[in-house]
Amino acid sequence: MSTLIEGLSIGSVYALIALGYTMVYGIAKMLNFAHGDIIMVGAYAVLTTMSLCGFPLVAILVAVVVCTLLGIAIEKVAYKPLRGASPLAVLITAIGVSYLLQGIAQLVYGSASRPVTIIDMGNVQIGNSAVRVSSIVTLVVGAILMVILTLFIKMTKTGRAMIAVSEDRGAAELMGINVNGIISITFAIGSALAAAASVCYLFQIPSATPTLGSMPGIKAFTAAVIGGIGSIPGAVIGGVLLGVIENVCKSTPLAPFTTSIEFGLLIVILLVKPTGILGKKRREKV
Amino acid sequence: MALLEVKDLQVFYGVIQAIKGISFEVNQGEIVTLIGANGAGKTTTMQSIMGLIKPRGGSVVYDGKDITGMPTHKIVGMGMTQVPEGRRVFSELTVYENLLMGAYTEKDRSRIKEDIEEIYTIFPRLGERKSQVAGTLSGGEQQMLAMGRAIMSHPKLLMLDEPSMGLSPALVDQVFEIIKHFHKTGTTILLVEQNANKSLAISDRAYVLENGRITVTGTGSELMASEEIRKAYLGG
Repeated sequence: MSTLIEGLSIGSVYALIALGYTMVYGIAKMLNFAHGDIIMVGAYAVLTTMSLCGFPLVAILVAVVVCTLLGIAIEKVAYKPLRGASPLAVLITAIGVSYLLQGIAQLVYGSASRPVTIIDMGNVQIGNSAVRVSSIVTLVVGAILMVILTLFIKMTKTGRAMIAVSEDRGAAELMGINVNGIISITFAIGSALAAAASVCYLFQIPSATPTLGSMPGIKAFTAAVIGGIGSIPGAVIGGVLLGVIENVCKSTPLAPFTTSIEFGLLIVILLVKPTGILGKKRREKV
Repeated sequence: MALLEVKDLQVFYGVIQAIKGISFEVNQGEIVTLIGANGAGKTTTMQSIMGLIKPRGGSVVYDGKDITGMPTHKIVGMGMTQVPEGRRVFSELTVYENLLMGAYTEKDRSRIKEDIEEIYTIFPRLGERKSQVAGTLSGGEQQMLAMGRAIMSHPKLLMLDEPSMGLSPALVDQVFEIIKHFHKTGTTILLVEQNANKSLAISDRAYVLENGRITVTGTGSELMASEEIRKAYLGG
């Protein structure tokens, strides 16, 4: 029971990050490899605010604001000038941004791991196993955010414009949609979700290092690809699946091979269904 | 008065010059057609006017304002839009949502609602299928949706790129009837067509585009009467 809840909880962290990858891919048609590092920035934002004022809620809010603004800024400064450039140039730039963020964090906070305690919520007894309250909170927060995001995309004008841009950028422009504006909004939402993921991640592993974002970043990217990159429900399914598999593996003798099994799953799924679980076939343009 | 004036437009794809300095105009209240063979540069011209492609030389003046190189969404906001070649409806959105996207620049919700009702009366098929996703519509229905979606923004100038392409003769007739209807209700039309017969018949004026240059121009009936044009574009 606790294995499952822990798995679902880490899974919703992956799903929150994967949503950022998948939305940016769907709308801006690029892989933002600096996305994982937004989580790291979120963690340091929490750390700094906690040491300055000590209110967990303020710290969470600061993290969300800092990450959102950072996401918009990165897009404006690094990616927007490359609109229309080759995908390889954009990819390399994204990797560059990733190292830049890690370098800055190392410069400011040092390379040693720093403890970050937001709030200790203790354990709760479910059946005959103890489950961390923070895991349940993560699970619930993740689920709520995903529902809000889905409703936002389905129900609002901006959400529909996002679908339109992801489907056909040119046709969307002909509707009078400011595509650059929609891309900015996408980065903002993706980064805000990354900030939420960052806080949830700190619940699980309460310490910050400059490379904190790398592993969850890569795992979430894997989750997005497993689910079908560009697909929002796909990112959620991929994230949760990966989280549960990870935690189940860790409680068996296969524990040392957990990461190998996760990436092995990616390879198997890509062999069977190259577009991922919910991936769509791209229509061939005539 | 010229609503749209294209002057010495030049467009390149890499080192290949697709449009070699063309000039033409569309006056308020006219239907103007560009005809030409595949690859003559018709679609490129349309996309350059809308800002989807940046021209290397020349200018596009709309309603007295130079719009050369302006972002597409701003041009749309000024009252000009295009039904693109190949319809390009949003296949994951419903018919209703596609029409809403067409009214993206419109703020007045009650007006949007009225406009959508009006589209359903012009195109009853769209009304029947309003909750269906556009990807499941037939080609003809998608063309109707693309046209309805474009008219949702109340353009002063509507450009249509090959609206009859791939449609059955009955549907082609219907498409031209609708273009005439839009024109009657006050929309100026710039049409790009391979179906020269039908388009010249409804046009005030037409231009023939060959290899990125305008070679012939005249009224619709003049071009239809021309021996040369009949041979090249009207099937004898």
